Amino acid sequence: MDWQAFWLTLRLAALVAALLLLLGLPLAYWISFSRWRWKFLVEAVIALPIVLPPTVLGFYVLLALGSRSPLGRWWQSLTGHTLAFTFEALVIGSIIYSLPFAVQPFATSFAHVDPKLMAASATLGASRLRTFFRVVLPLSVPGLVTGLALSFAHTMGEFGVVLMVGGNIPGVTRTVSIDIYDQVQAINYSAANQTALVLLVISFAVLCLVYGVNRRIWTPWPSK
Amino acid sequence: MAVEMTRETTRLNGGLAQDESSGLLSVDIRKSFLHASKGFALDLACEIAAGIAILFGPSGAGKTTLLDCIAGLTTPDRGRVRIGDKVWFDAERGTDVAVQHRNLGYVFQDLALFPHLSVGKNLAYGLTRLGKSERGDRIGDALESFRILHLRDRKPQQISGGERQRVALARALVTDPYVLLLDEPLAGLDAPTKSAIIDDLRTWNRTHRIPILYVTHSHDEVFALGERVLVLENGRLTAQGTPHEVMTAPRRETVAQLVGFENIFDAEVISSHADRGTMTCRIGNSKLELETPLVQAEAHARLRVAIGAGEILLATTHPVGLSARNVIPGRVVSLKQRDLIVTAVVDCGVSVEVKLTPAARDELGLHPGQEVWLIVKTHSCHLMAG
Repeated sequence: MDWQAFWLTLRLAALVAALLLLLGLPLAYWISFSRWRWKFLVEAVIALPIVLPPTVLGFYVLLALGSRSPLGRWWQSLTGHTLAFTFEALVIGSIIYSLPFAVQPFATSFAHVDPKLMAASATLGASRLRTFFRVVLPLSVPGLVTGLALSFAHTMGEFGVVLMVGGNIPGVTRTVSIDIYDQVQAINYSAANQTALVLLVISFAVLCLVYGVNRRIWTPWPSK
Repeated sequence: MAVEMTRETTRLNGGLAQDESSGLLSVDIRKSFLHASKGFALDLACEIAAGIAILFGPSGAGKTTLLDCIAGLTTPDRGRVRIGDKVWFDAERGTDVAVQHRNLGYVFQDLALFPHLSVGKNLAYGLTRLGKSERGDRIGDALESFRILHLRDRKPQQISGGERQRVALARALVTDPYVLLLDEPLAGLDAPTKSAIIDDLRTWNRTHRIPILYVTHSHDEVFALGERVLVLENGRLTAQGTPHEVMTAPRRETVAQLVGFENIFDAEVISSHADRGTMTCRIGNSKLELETPLVQAEAHARLRVAIGAGEILLATTHPVGLSARNVIPGRVVSLKQRDLIVTAVVDCGVSVEVKLTPAARDELGLHPGQEVWLIVKTHSCHLMAG
């Protein structure tokens, strides 16, 4: 088993999940509470990765990160090397790819918080930010865990986007799923099986966590 | 009008000391909602001094909307909301102080206690600006005032309904608000629990003289609580005054129907007796004449008289030696029992509904066609504009 690919994948998934938490919370908050008329457009864009083939998404991300794009040029002037086919490119691609898996559970759980609790918070002198951190967030813990776990698991298992924007550079962009693909190409089925099994077990464990939390095992208040 | 004048005076003085006028809540707003089916507009002006003022009205009258406008949870289309010399909202000047900067207490109908926080932390929520020791003291005092000190570490789900209502009140009051808004906070509680909480609220209000606006559609709560009553119907204030004035001498029929008078008659003023504080009124086109309380009205003015079916006594022989001024002969038309209340309809020239117990019916041996006398006190005849 390729432990280098395994650790790289874990690192990628953890980083992406953490960044999606930072990025996803304000985005989900906006989606839950904004009354902007064209909000649905933003929602549709965020949900695109669910339906698009990963290769299509990866292709456009690759174009956007390439040395001819403004972003690629800016990155090159900043760091001295191209953005495409790096770990950073993988992170960016994965964030976009897993965005709906974080934002949707976040937004759903925010929308389920009783508006009266937020009104009560305001009458007690709390700003919107404080209301968010003291009321909305604590009452959305199941949704947060779900979003984090799903984006983590989804990033671990991605293939198409990684291949398009990262290529297959050992230690840099070679993830577990690409490693499995390589093993199969090399007719090395037992190695492929070993790695696939690890991925299967991890994914199963993560989903158990998600469904377990949604059964309110670890919710912060006692059940009735 | 004499009655009208008394009412105005009561409202303006309210029995308050001079320094309390600084906390006067003054509301003059308009807010309309356009729905596909029906529009609704809240349009009213009122001033509420320190003490408990009851906001009474049927559901859909706009009671909660009014509270939301005062709190800033809903933005009025026009008008002003002021507390003392502070302006919370002024459409013309473009002033609209954010909810969190108004420093008010609001107890919602469903209480809105934070389910993830203990009782103590629910109370601490509005006190972030205070130092730790002062915060602890304030919370301790508030918990004690509402007799819930022992619940400090419990979560809202772990305490009873009455206790939750106490927590909600304490949480709203611990911040020392300028105004307290209560949206049917005691709905669904049994009477003893209710009156115990009301007593504690009154006690608190004696030392913290702020305006308390208490929404209810319960008749009993109006009498139990209020120093003043505002009646809200279909977005407008239709009556205000002391509970007794508003609830026992309604000036508008809608109020009477609201309070539930079973007998409402057209009446004509025959004569006024200013020295006795009474009038004689003829009911409908009948020969029946009633002595009623005095209101300012010309002879032959058309009024309406409302009499609660439970306020009328029924006798099978002509009674003597009574203080009641109206003893009216009639004949029983029908007797109907519903649950444990018997409703008798008696023909006295007009049909009058009387409520009595099954035991009273049986003991008197009442039956249709029987000759009876109805006894109505002068002050059980409530006069309304015609």
